[in-house]
Amino acid sequence: MNLIETSGLVKRFNDLTAVDGVSLNVPQGEIFGLVGSDGAGKTTTLRLLVGALRPDEGDVQICGHDILTQTDQAREKIGYLSQRFSLYEDLTVLENIRFFAEVRGLELKDWKPRCMELLSFVGLQNFTERKAGQLSGGMKQKLGLAAALVSRPQVLLLDEPTTGVDPATRQDFWQLIIRIVGNEGMAVVITTPYMDEAARCNRLGFMRSGRIIAEGSPTQLRGRLEGRILEVQTTSPIRLVESMKDFPGVEDARAFGDKLHLRVQPGKSDRVLKNLKREHCKEVIRPIPATLEDVFISLTQNSDKEGAPHD
Amino acid sequence: MTETLVVAKDLTRRFGDFIAVDHINFEVQAGEIVGYLGPNGCGKTTTIRMLLGLLEPSEGSASVLGYDAFHQTEEVRARCGYMSQKFALYDELTVLENLAFYAGVYSIKDKNRITQTLELVGLKERQKEITAGLSAGWRQRLALGIALVHHPRILFLDETTSGVDPVARREFWDLIYGLAQGGVTIFITTHYMDEAEYCSKVGLMKDGRLLAMDQPTRLKKTYIKGDIWDVAAENLMAAIDKVNSIPGVLQTSLLGDLVHVLVDPKICPRHKFERQLKTNGLRGVKITPGEPSLEDVFMGLTR
Repeated sequence: MNLIETSGLVKRFNDLTAVDGVSLNVPQGEIFGLVGSDGAGKTTTLRLLVGALRPDEGDVQICGHDILTQTDQAREKIGYLSQRFSLYEDLTVLENIRFFAEVRGLELKDWKPRCMELLSFVGLQNFTERKAGQLSGGMKQKLGLAAALVSRPQVLLLDEPTTGVDPATRQDFWQLIIRIVGNEGMAVVITTPYMDEAARCNRLGFMRSGRIIAEGSPTQLRGRLEGRILEVQTTSPIRLVESMKDFPGVEDARAFGDKLHLRVQPGKSDRVLKNLKREHCKEVIRPIPATLEDVFISLTQNSDKEGAPHD
Repeated sequence: MTETLVVAKDLTRRFGDFIAVDHINFEVQAGEIVGYLGPNGCGKTTTIRMLLGLLEPSEGSASVLGYDAFHQTEEVRARCGYMSQKFALYDELTVLENLAFYAGVYSIKDKNRITQTLELVGLKERQKEITAGLSAGWRQRLALGIALVHHPRILFLDETTSGVDPVARREFWDLIYGLAQGGVTIFITTHYMDEAEYCSKVGLMKDGRLLAMDQPTRLKKTYIKGDIWDVAAENLMAAIDKVNSIPGVLQTSLLGDLVHVLVDPKICPRHKFERQLKTNGLRGVKITPGEPSLEDVFMGLTR
């Protein structure tokens, strides 16, 4: 059953179409990732889902309730962690989460055990009396997650929760999300600019200029370039990159540190590999699995060729 | 022969009780691309601001190109380029006008210099366009051009790749490599771990302290001791819990849809690791050798 359903969402701000025909369906137990750069329309999409913005076209159903006409029923099901969510810095951890619980209409006998359960789940059980202003960035983020979960939402919307936090906290945060989705069977939409995180979602959509330009599981998306990426190890990537771009059968060449990634035309991999090895015997060249970044780059270049606006 | 361009010595900055940068020491050699890595609020920007003489150190010192960063600021800034995350462009001016304006700030009147800079950052074709209409990627290039127009020997880039898409990010890095080849020394802050892998030297920063600084390969050699395995399984969290319970496992993390494991081979060699994983009812277990990453280094240093 889809807990989130949208069709043909469009949101315009004057001349700018921030969201341009987005259809999203997310079932129970799924983490759906929206991946793209600043200005791609990720945050606007989430704000439409939560009902903070009215779409110009299309509609949003949360657990079968229309977000615009059955707002209260729909919102009751949603936990939302926005990019700049606000904690009360002079309140303690427990007071903060209590505030969110009361706003959500939870009664004392319900909120206390739920809050303690969540605080220990996110690892803050020993910090209940600490002022929120004295928490580290990662701890604030975890408190925000606990607050979003306090009303037992069926739909969890997370807007770039890991941007700019350290790798250890990012790891913790993702493990928490995956665990809670497994335990409580929510539908999750998460936005991120990090490709390595995108691979942790069950399904993801690459977003660009307000549109979802490709959608699928990480495996499906990587499969689009199966057998078409060659890695070249070299001491002079910059010198090689230009000549590699013009090598017959090569569509694109990019430097990744001391390595080059070549994308070859479909079906040409073996031939290109053989020819390359003959001409560049000093370099180590081998086929490697495509990364999500390779896929994103290839999709972007194709949509540019079709005349879509850059960025 | 290497020439040392930047020396930070016990460099410290306090804001009231808060220590933003805490006795950091490092050197930058000519020709290096130094990646300065850490989460938001760890002190990266404060470090750069002290190196450029925009902030006075509370303790310690920074020397840049042989000049004291704070007391000889003019000398430093004439020879350094700086592009911050929130760069300022005049939206109503054209690309060329923006660049010419900033060139004027540096008293550069040579038109050729401006044209060369436009070519360098790939904006020659767009020089007559109004800046407001540029995409994020092009604006970023213009800001880079502005930081470069006075031919700095060192270029400081502060989180300039945040929030742009992977294509623009990759193209930006191509430009950086090109500049480095042309002899410009680069000091760049980022919170993307994958970008750090492209640098000749990487500093890892947390809570104001510089935890380590070295070449990526050497950081891995120094701080990652053990075997690395990537484990695929149907239930990822069940797998990570199981892996964490195996004696000899030093560190686990999610790597995309795999569990990335660091194991002490003396306690738990491969056959033992494999047997322990497979005897526990986990389905779809597949173990492949993994690559050490800077993320492993960072997690090892901070946990």
